[in-house]
Amino acid sequence: MAQNILTLSDATFDESVNASDTPVVVDFWAEWCGPCKMIAPALEEIASEQAGRLTIAKLNVDDNPDTARRFDVMSIPTLLVFQGGEPVKRLVGAKGKGQLLQDLSEFIG
Amino acid sequence: MSEHHEVVIVGSGPAGLTAAVYTARANLEPVIVEGLAAGGQLMLTTEVENYPGFIEGIMGPELMNRFREQAMRFGTRFITADADAVDLSARPFAIRVSDLELTADAVIISTGATARLIGLENEARLLGHGVSTCATCDGFFFRDHHIAVVGGGDSALEEAIFLTKFASKVTVIHRRHELRASKIMQDRALANAKIEFRWNSEVIDAIGDTKLAGIRLRDTVTGAESDLEVTGMFVAIGHDPTTALFHGQLDLDADGYIITAPDSTQTSVAGVFACGDVQDRTYRQAITAAGSGCMAAIEAERYLEANQPVAVHS
Repeated sequence: MAQNILTLSDATFDESVNASDTPVVVDFWAEWCGPCKMIAPALEEIASEQAGRLTIAKLNVDDNPDTARRFDVMSIPTLLVFQGGEPVKRLVGAKGKGQLLQDLSEFIG
Repeated sequence: MSEHHEVVIVGSGPAGLTAAVYTARANLEPVIVEGLAAGGQLMLTTEVENYPGFIEGIMGPELMNRFREQAMRFGTRFITADADAVDLSARPFAIRVSDLELTADAVIISTGATARLIGLENEARLLGHGVSTCATCDGFFFRDHHIAVVGGGDSALEEAIFLTKFASKVTVIHRRHELRASKIMQDRALANAKIEFRWNSEVIDAIGDTKLAGIRLRDTVTGAESDLEVTGMFVAIGHDPTTALFHGQLDLDADGYIITAPDSTQTSVAGVFACGDVQDRTYRQAITAAGSGCMAAIEAERYLEANQPVAVHS
């Protein structure tokens, strides 16, 4: 697994997301979710290519149901972009790397 | 970037992966554009009880993993992205996958089908916010909720039964007063204490601001309207063939299915073959998809033997 990806939990979520200087893209995922596995390699690439500009983080919804519930995640994969600790953009469903970069372009600058 | 292959397969459900196994064993070194929905509809199912050879049944995703590994064992190359465009008007054929241009002497299309929505404006808006077409993907988020399942076929009842693992109650909404589903699925659903049925009812609106709070129903006999408070609506009213890439290039029927020659997978363009749900409006089973994938591979192999490629790219 890429060392560029942050692993979040219910316990660490607020602290990690609030402390970040860069926008944080949180990937809500689970082991049983096929589409989540499909987008994982693209996210890993984006994490290393955009290191320093964008933080990519993962949150396992099985182990951390409270955070998923708090942000009304009802379908995975869901990507939520946080800026200054607040959710500012939501992407639902599997997308290719090109589409992901386009959807995240406003945060990459 | 451009590369040439004898056979390119687009789509990776049972049809495409069977075509890969057969063309790979025929030393055609196939490339399969498996797409972001790799594995196809079976990846979204649970137990498959009617695929021959699996006496105790097998999970849909596990079955597709086995197909995939078998195709890989014989040297199939996998591209895990969606095809963005195809050009079937020139030879060799061209398939673009983001910045990669594949050319091929023969193309096998197995892009399958995609879940159909009811077609309501608010349904589309609330997709992923309580509206779903995949119980196995999203059921988890509806623990102890009241959920509606729309539809009366096997897949609707399979979803309803699966969702009772999580939901406090599942209401199946069906337009008619009897189910289309197979007897065995009907018996299971009717015997399940968490499932109730709303007969002769259709969904005319999805209610909710940022997430689903309820649905509006109309009685198909009396016309009376009523609201049902649910936080989830799972739509299982059938599938449409995934053929947007081929409009204007291949003959399609009025519903968008690729038209193939009788007893063949040959499409309206010589050298292009179609198999699985993308050309099957009758059976739509894993086993029939696999069977037609085998047909497409054998037909592609014979076509390549009979037709020397007109251009070979380095």
